[in-house]
Amino acid sequence: MNISFILNGNKVKVEVSPEKPLLRVLREDLDVMSVKEGCGRGECGTCTVLLDEVPVTSCMVAAGQVRGREITTLEGLESSGAISDLQQAFKEAGAVQCGFCTPGFIISAYALLKENPDPSRDEIRVAVSGNICRCTGYTKIIDAIELAAKYNKGLNNEI
Amino acid sequence: MPVATPKKVKKDSNIRVDAQRKVSGKAKFIEDVEYKNILHGATIRSPVTHGRIRGFKNRDEIKNMPGVKAVITADEIPGDNIVPFVKEDYPCLAEKEVKFYGQAVALVAAETPEEAKAAAETAELIIDEYPGIYDSIESMTPDAVYVGGDDNVHSYFKIRKGNIDEGFKGADVIVERVYNSGHQVHCYLENQGMIAEPIQNGAISVKGSMQCPFYVHNALVKVLGFKYSKVRVVQADTGGGFGGKEDMPSIVAAHAALLANKTGMPVSLIYDREEDFHTMSKRHPSRTRIKYGATTEGKLVACEAEYIVNGGAFCTLSPIVAWRGIIHITGPYEIENIKADSYAMATNTVPCGAFRGFGQPQVNFANEILIDELAEKLNMDPVELRKKNLLKPGSKTATNQVVGSSCGMAETLDKTLDKIKFKEHKGNDKGPVKKGMGISTVFYGVGLGAEGKYFAKAGAQVHIKEDGTVFVAIGNVEMGQGAETVFNRICADTLGCSYDMVEILEPDTTRVPDSGPTVASRATLVGGNAVKDAALKVRDSLFKAAAQKMGVKPFDIKIKDGKYISDEGEIDYVDVVDLAYLSRERVAAQGWYKVENVSFDEKTGLGDAYPVYSYSTNACEVEVDTETGVVKVNRLVAAHDVGKTIHPPSAEGQIQGGAAQAIGYALYENLVLEEGKIVNPSLSGYTIPTTMDLCDVEPILVESAYDEGPFGAKGLGEPPMVGPAAAILNAIHDATGIWFRKIPCLPEDIVKELNKDINKEPKELK
Ligand code: FES
Ligand code: FES
Repeated sequence: MNISFILNGNKVKVEVSPEKPLLRVLREDLDVMSVKEGCGRGECGTCTVLLDEVPVTSCMVAAGQVRGREITTLEGLESSGAISDLQQAFKEAGAVQCGFCTPGFIISAYALLKENPDPSRDEIRVAVSGNICRCTGYTKIIDAIELAAKYNKGLNNEI
Repeated sequence: MPVATPKKVKKDSNIRVDAQRKVSGKAKFIEDVEYKNILHGATIRSPVTHGRIRGFKNRDEIKNMPGVKAVITADEIPGDNIVPFVKEDYPCLAEKEVKFYGQAVALVAAETPEEAKAAAETAELIIDEYPGIYDSIESMTPDAVYVGGDDNVHSYFKIRKGNIDEGFKGADVIVERVYNSGHQVHCYLENQGMIAEPIQNGAISVKGSMQCPFYVHNALVKVLGFKYSKVRVVQADTGGGFGGKEDMPSIVAAHAALLANKTGMPVSLIYDREEDFHTMSKRHPSRTRIKYGATTEGKLVACEAEYIVNGGAFCTLSPIVAWRGIIHITGPYEIENIKADSYAMATNTVPCGAFRGFGQPQVNFANEILIDELAEKLNMDPVELRKKNLLKPGSKTATNQVVGSSCGMAETLDKTLDKIKFKEHKGNDKGPVKKGMGISTVFYGVGLGAEGKYFAKAGAQVHIKEDGTVFVAIGNVEMGQGAETVFNRICADTLGCSYDMVEILEPDTTRVPDSGPTVASRATLVGGNAVKDAALKVRDSLFKAAAQKMGVKPFDIKIKDGKYISDEGEIDYVDVVDLAYLSRERVAAQGWYKVENVSFDEKTGLGDAYPVYSYSTNACEVEVDTETGVVKVNRLVAAHDVGKTIHPPSAEGQIQGGAAQAIGYALYENLVLEEGKIVNPSLSGYTIPTTMDLCDVEPILVESAYDEGPFGAKGLGEPPMVGPAAAILNAIHDATGIWFRKIPCLPEDIVKELNKDINKEPKELK
């Protein structure tokens, strides 16, 4: 079946079964490799993308559900420069170890900062609680998101 | 859209070399590596925990299923049907007998992952089921079903030091307790995966997620029956390992390679989470009995200990785990009389193997609670009791090894107590939520030690290019812990060039000799020294070229701030490289390092077990809700003596990440087996900590340089996982007055014990 949607600002069309998980459509049919499969069951957050600006686990979204809607992945946010602060903050804060969870965290953090440019540590914890990291113990990830918020201050948050 | 304004960027020197590719989603994990015309593998597995294989009922039907290109059973393995680990007992594919649920019996390759999976699921094996044995203590009984090893013993070690009976005679107070711990699952976020590909001249190349490319290389030689030169193993970006990708990838790789060899096509074999849970290694469940004897003054005079771990169906790395356990079981204390035994038992459960800490978290959890129990009995402050007995330079470990000068034990203790304000914590909480504090101390033998001394070596190659940039080929892997960055720093600091000039190449077994595994916190010490050795050799060429130019002797030259300096002047690093190229000096060299002077006498259990030890102290504050049994760790401070720190952010990250795994181990992570089969094989069934469960771990780096280490460094990957569990349970005792002696310590365990206490009180009142 033909399904069209907006991927990172561009219209795309794929020929897939409407049940196929969005995660697999992105990776297999559209070569979007920043979305990772850690569990395939909505339990780890490594496959997080934005669906009409809201973070969702793409392994739990069926291709048919995104028809006509807007999907944003790390690739899209990176090329628009929207996450350069977050990326720099993740690097500086030492929030990256194996890196398998990193794209998912950056997406969740981006969505948080857009809603709430000055979150407390607890608000950050809640916002990324659906993303699992087995390497860092989270402290430096939370540091990174705080740092990115600092960078953002004074900047127009309209992206 | 506003253009991001440039901001004050901290000097990039603190940023890990692998960070950029990871924050941009461009790191290539094995599933991200693209191949044309690739087949997909799947594994046909045992549906029972123990049985005899009678046949494969529908093999032909499966072969004819859509997309299926190959089906392989044990009889088609060209080499030996063995994946070699410490022993050679683990078949690549089960032939006659299956010994655990999910053991691999046959393989399929098909055009799509769905077709491969469908074929594997359709397979019907004919198996006569045998009774199984699932518990290590049961496995020790004389009439137990035979599973493996010598009478179900995969491995046995002992230590006999001094005179244990005399020792206890001299004790005024004796405490003896038994402690139990469950399985722990690595839960690296990237599941196991490999791609095997036939390449030129009849060779096979395998790429994937792994900690030990050389183990994989050995396994492929064995299983395929190929010459070493016909195998190539390359590590892809690896999404966490923690020991789970030490030995297990050899199995995945061997399976992928068998399919590639048979079909002549690249084959990808990538596990899903459930398959990974059922079949890959775990931390050994344990039962630890320890008995301490002490004088009234608090001097430890004797320790008797017994450590029994459930090794699962095959031996894999159980001996190394059981050995590390016994070496450390008496705790970081100087004790004269010791008797200790350790057993790794065979059962019909998933084989257990390496997991951060290698058998040490289990024993540390036991001895560090017992030392607090002893303090209570002696009516002594647990810190005081520790201070009287802790190892210091010159003291002797359990194996009679003399502690060297690099020993920051006492300093880690003081700094931790200071930071958490241990003295000030006593409060009386009125409500149902009680607060408490606890500590634990740890010593940790760096590397594989005498039991793994054949692996205690590493190679590297340093190759300077025309513009001064450098390629470094290594044999130890980056898996998140920061090895690439450490090697980068060691090489750059040795040559005097900037960090961004040094490229660390992906580990490839054709580039460097066998460098042993990347485990046991050994990458910095062993791999780092190999990089340094290679860098020093090429630096000699640079010294020579610079000396010639300046008209001095090579040894008159020093490096400072990227310049080669002598009394006659100074030359920039890049220009020195230019000179070296002009005078055709050698610009590439192989480096090598091996660990000397480790020993272990199997009869007495004495010897210089490890080249060096690192030391740490953990302290935490917990909150126990006595109504629900829920425990929250409010603070955790961990001080680690790691020799010299090469890259502080990575070192801190190791401490925080390891402590997080330890908090999960102590309080949340509960793998449930029924009749040998895992019943909660998912990240929601087996819960690992999220941001909501953890506090910010506060790391402290204590430096006590180790002369043999590169720039004084020891090693840090594992120790952070070792100590926190005991500190947490000691804190729970402080809060509730109850000693818990099992991990994970779940809310239901706590509520049960607290209720017991309530029930008891009225009786005592009567
Ligand atoms: S892969 Fe989607 S949540 Fe884990
Ligand atoms: S960095 Fe490895 S899982 Fe987060």
